[in-house]
Amino acid sequence: MKNLHRHLLSAIAVASLAACSSVPLDSQAPVESRTGTGATSGSGSGANSAGTSQTRVAPVDVTGTNSVAFTNLPRVVYFDFDSYVVKDDYRPVIEANAKALTTNRRMKMAVEGHTDDRGSSEYNLALGQRRAEAVVRSLTLLGADPTQLEAVSFGKERPAVQGENEDAWAKNRRAELASR
Amino acid sequence: MTRMAFESNSLSQIRFTRRDACASLLALAAWPAAAQFKVEISGVGGTQLPIAIVRFRDDDKGGQSPSAIIRADLERSGAFRIVDTGTTSFDETSRPEMSQWRSRAADALVAGSVTRLADGRFDVRFKLWDVVKGNEIGGQSNAVEASELRLAAHRIADFIYEKLTGEKGVFSTRIAYVTRAGSRHTLRVADADGENGQVALNSGQPIISPAWSPNGKELAYVSFERQKAVVFVHTVATGERRPIADFRGSNSAPAWTPDGERLVVTLSREGGSQLYSIGRNGGEPRRLASSPAIDTEAEYSADGRWLYFTSDRGGSPQIYRMPAGGGNAERVTFSGSYNISPALSPDGKTLAYVTRAGNAFKLVVLDLAGNGAQPQQITDTGDDEHPSFAPNGRLLIYATRVGGRSVLMTTTLDGKIKARLPSQTADLREPVWGPYGR
Repeated sequence: MKNLHRHLLSAIAVASLAACSSVPLDSQAPVESRTGTGATSGSGSGANSAGTSQTRVAPVDVTGTNSVAFTNLPRVVYFDFDSYVVKDDYRPVIEANAKALTTNRRMKMAVEGHTDDRGSSEYNLALGQRRAEAVVRSLTLLGADPTQLEAVSFGKERPAVQGENEDAWAKNRRAELASR
Repeated sequence: MTRMAFESNSLSQIRFTRRDACASLLALAAWPAAAQFKVEISGVGGTQLPIAIVRFRDDDKGGQSPSAIIRADLERSGAFRIVDTGTTSFDETSRPEMSQWRSRAADALVAGSVTRLADGRFDVRFKLWDVVKGNEIGGQSNAVEASELRLAAHRIADFIYEKLTGEKGVFSTRIAYVTRAGSRHTLRVADADGENGQVALNSGQPIISPAWSPNGKELAYVSFERQKAVVFVHTVATGERRPIADFRGSNSAPAWTPDGERLVVTLSREGGSQLYSIGRNGGEPRRLASSPAIDTEAEYSADGRWLYFTSDRGGSPQIYRMPAGGGNAERVTFSGSYNISPALSPDGKTLAYVTRAGNAFKLVVLDLAGNGAQPQQITDTGDDEHPSFAPNGRLLIYATRVGGRSVLMTTTLDGKIKARLPSQTADLREPVWGPYGR
């Protein structure tokens, strides 16, 4: 029963692919009239423009905008208690993200500021906001456009680590870069 | 069905436990919100009026015990010492022997009854006697639905409190607070004694900073449901809610003007965290101050003339005040290097706030009128947060950590009488006391 199910799905998939093809199989231009254009780099249409208008495929590259490039970037900057100074230790994080943002102007990020859980929710919300804005400032100084970035804060409301000790607190005092 | 256990160890500590039925739901609640508070009262007050409240005739008839609710209310206020009456029970039509009560060192006496009416409601009656003078002070009768029996008892406690202290009682007011259990967050409304808790908002994202509108019908709060801090205003009875501040960056710390028409909020739309005034339905905000610092946790004085707020413009967080329409701010706190979360008493004379002392965060109260007055520490816990005054200015509610959980406490301003409102859920935070006249 399982195999039949799988076969059925494959059959449906193949049929769907055939149905989705924008070029009906029986009206496809003869292979020999296609040049090396269209389907690959799109550089020049050559002498067969009349024949390639139906077969030309123009590639679009979105690999730079979001997830693939983003997941490889370092995403967290940590802070000292009651501080919003971006320490030199995290310069590589800033530089890597700034480079990604300057390379791809369609890329957008939110910088989310966080604090440890000592102090009030609201004061910590403001402190987290400062941390996020400090990171945004560092990124724009290295060429990112302000419109690519939004600084927000979660204050102490979203701890990364639970615990009432310096080790846990240090891991919660952070700014995280998230794709948007 | 209420069950009441009564232990009296000494004059200084009386512990009540009671379990209540589930309450009804509001708005987006998905599960029954049984508050299941137990009231634990500790401490010895200064000048307390000894009062005897005998068990009402047919006290349990409606499923609640009015005399027990009244006793707990008056004791929690710090102004009364409850005289043990054992199982004695008589009603408001009796003519009690005053000498007997004088010999038991009571200055006042209360008796009453609960009668089921033909239409299914309950008639709750009581009488209050001045034992010293030997005369009746007053009494009332009140016909209510079974669901309103607790409220009827709270109103009796208010009557007694007002007759004997000259001040308004807060027993029929409500509180709002936030609960957090893992990734589940709720905003809840309960009676001032912590009972009858009902869920107003159920969320998978944090909720902070609830603030009652002056007429007690709406709550403003900050919700992170949009992956950032946004200020909402929420009609408690209907669940209707609207975002009023969702600008670039974070929007938080709402507080109402005394006329309920506008709110002060903390916005980061122009960078940093700064104070703005905005209408109750949102719209274009008006900036109130410009500082290169964090300005937040703003609160209006009851007369609407001043804004008290937290600012670190001096290098570390302190409490300041400025004219409500904007203008020069003056610093108010001078002890210690870290002072946050101001709460101003309704008469404007006392400031409660949280100070960092070493590694501890402690609730303190400061007499604003006294020259050179020092803030008084009034708790012995080290993780105090979010003080809020009762509308008569006689009690504070705050959050603190006990046994690894966040719990709510009330305290008299001298710290002598405290009541803990524990619960079954994990963390209770961000308490705010509602106004008179629910």
